[in-house]
Amino acid sequence: MKKLINRQAGPVGRWALGLLPFVVLVVLYLVASDARLAANPNDKLLPDLASFVDAIQRMAFEPSKRSGEYLLWVDTLASLERLGIGVVISATLGLVFGIVTGALPLFRAGISPLVTGLSLVPPLAILPILFIVFGLGELAKVMLIIIGITPFLIRDLQQRAEEIPTEQLIKMQTLGANTWQIILRLVWPQVMPRLIGAVRLSLGSAWLFLIAAEAIAATEGLGYRIFLVRRYLAMDVILPYVVWITFLAFAIDFALARYSRWRYPWFHQAG
Amino acid sequence: MATIELKNLWKEYGDQVVLERLNAEVEEGEFVTVVGASGCGKTTFLKLLLGTETPTRGQLLLDGKPIPDEPDESRGIVFQRYSVLPHLNALANVMLCGELETSRWLGRAFGATRKRLREQAVAMLESVGLGAALDKYPHELSGGMQQRLALAQALIKKPRILLLDEPFGALDPGIRRDMHQLVLKLWREQALTVFMITHDLAEGFYLGTRLWVFDKDRLDPQTPESYGARITYDLPVGDSDKGTLQSISQNVNNTSRLLEGAPR
Repeated sequence: MKKLINRQAGPVGRWALGLLPFVVLVVLYLVASDARLAANPNDKLLPDLASFVDAIQRMAFEPSKRSGEYLLWVDTLASLERLGIGVVISATLGLVFGIVTGALPLFRAGISPLVTGLSLVPPLAILPILFIVFGLGELAKVMLIIIGITPFLIRDLQQRAEEIPTEQLIKMQTLGANTWQIILRLVWPQVMPRLIGAVRLSLGSAWLFLIAAEAIAATEGLGYRIFLVRRYLAMDVILPYVVWITFLAFAIDFALARYSRWRYPWFHQAG
Repeated sequence: MATIELKNLWKEYGDQVVLERLNAEVEEGEFVTVVGASGCGKTTFLKLLLGTETPTRGQLLLDGKPIPDEPDESRGIVFQRYSVLPHLNALANVMLCGELETSRWLGRAFGATRKRLREQAVAMLESVGLGAALDKYPHELSGGMQQRLALAQALIKKPRILLLDEPFGALDPGIRRDMHQLVLKLWREQALTVFMITHDLAEGFYLGTRLWVFDKDRLDPQTPESYGARITYDLPVGDSDKGTLQSISQNVNNTSRLLEGAPR
């Protein structure tokens, strides 16, 4: 038999091995849930499958008795809107400042230290300030996402722009390009796939800031709902919401990865 | 008037003298091959020609005027690597130059202008043998084809001088011979003035019209950096015999051993 370090899973084996931990987790949960419910039929901590189906049915496919809204979809839409606005604004700022500081040494000298300083401020620590300054409305929640991930995006893109080989900057100049043209035809196109990569990395933090902001001040949203039903120990709602958020995060990440491969083949295929 | 003039040119970094007392004139249409040991200022000289470095003393003149102190379209260049833009396909790489010229703010051409630029670029690519690879990205091309593309991209602008920085150093010998033929063909057709840096002595001996050897004619074994390199040989290519090649090769080898600190 080959050494363990040289053994590889086949195509079927890889799927099976990948699914195995998920199956094990589900089975463990069901066993534990069964045991608790046998001891106390009113236990709320580990609800059984039927309660989940019931809760999902109630949240997603029946209008709320109080407001007549389909809560899961209202929450999803509200959260995705905040996340989308926050991430798009951050990405735009990251792209502009990243390119400017990465490509123009004079601007780097002026802006970089400030960005580095700002990136070290823990965003959640200034959340109260945001609520005081921007009120409890949408703006404060979007601002938290922006403040949370923009410094990272700027610093990452600045580094990517600086990594462009000097040879190519010289090459552009020998082709007659001015500074603006170098940015437009060399730096910008080359950092775009990097931007998508950086946004994918920062999405985890963006969700964190979104849920934190919604937990504190909101009237709808995925984070708001989880923290609301926590008071009733409603695990049958919380767990499906967590799974749903995870799925949304996965779907966005997957879509971005696919888009990048399709749009920038030269970036992903080059050795 | 000479295209390029070196007048008592020095380049120093602090105490370290890289080049000293360079004097030479290069006429339009000459093909100068520069050889020498690593660390003898070949690359520094190229940077002076490019404008990314400035002379410490003396003058470097292009058409009688000091050479611009930043790269521009008067000097085309092909590097050993990273010469072409990886995010553009072959055709777009060659069209880029014209697009930058015709559209100051967008850097892109449209309509009839685009069509004209496209035709020029296709003709250029065909003349370097890339007619079948128009829509290929650089990463899909072999090393030799990438350098062909780099030549096409540099030459479509018809620069006053073309700089080649060890352009074929990373290629297989067979491919390298093909590239030599191509460079000679383009040089004759376009009446270019060419500077080619190489560390392959044999390459310098039959390519081009003139061979420069950069070497330190004064060597201090303890502090090799206190004397700079000079042009120790300035030979018309074709006139030199085997003995000259051997003695140049001997000198260059001695210098590179000394610079690397190896026992002699």
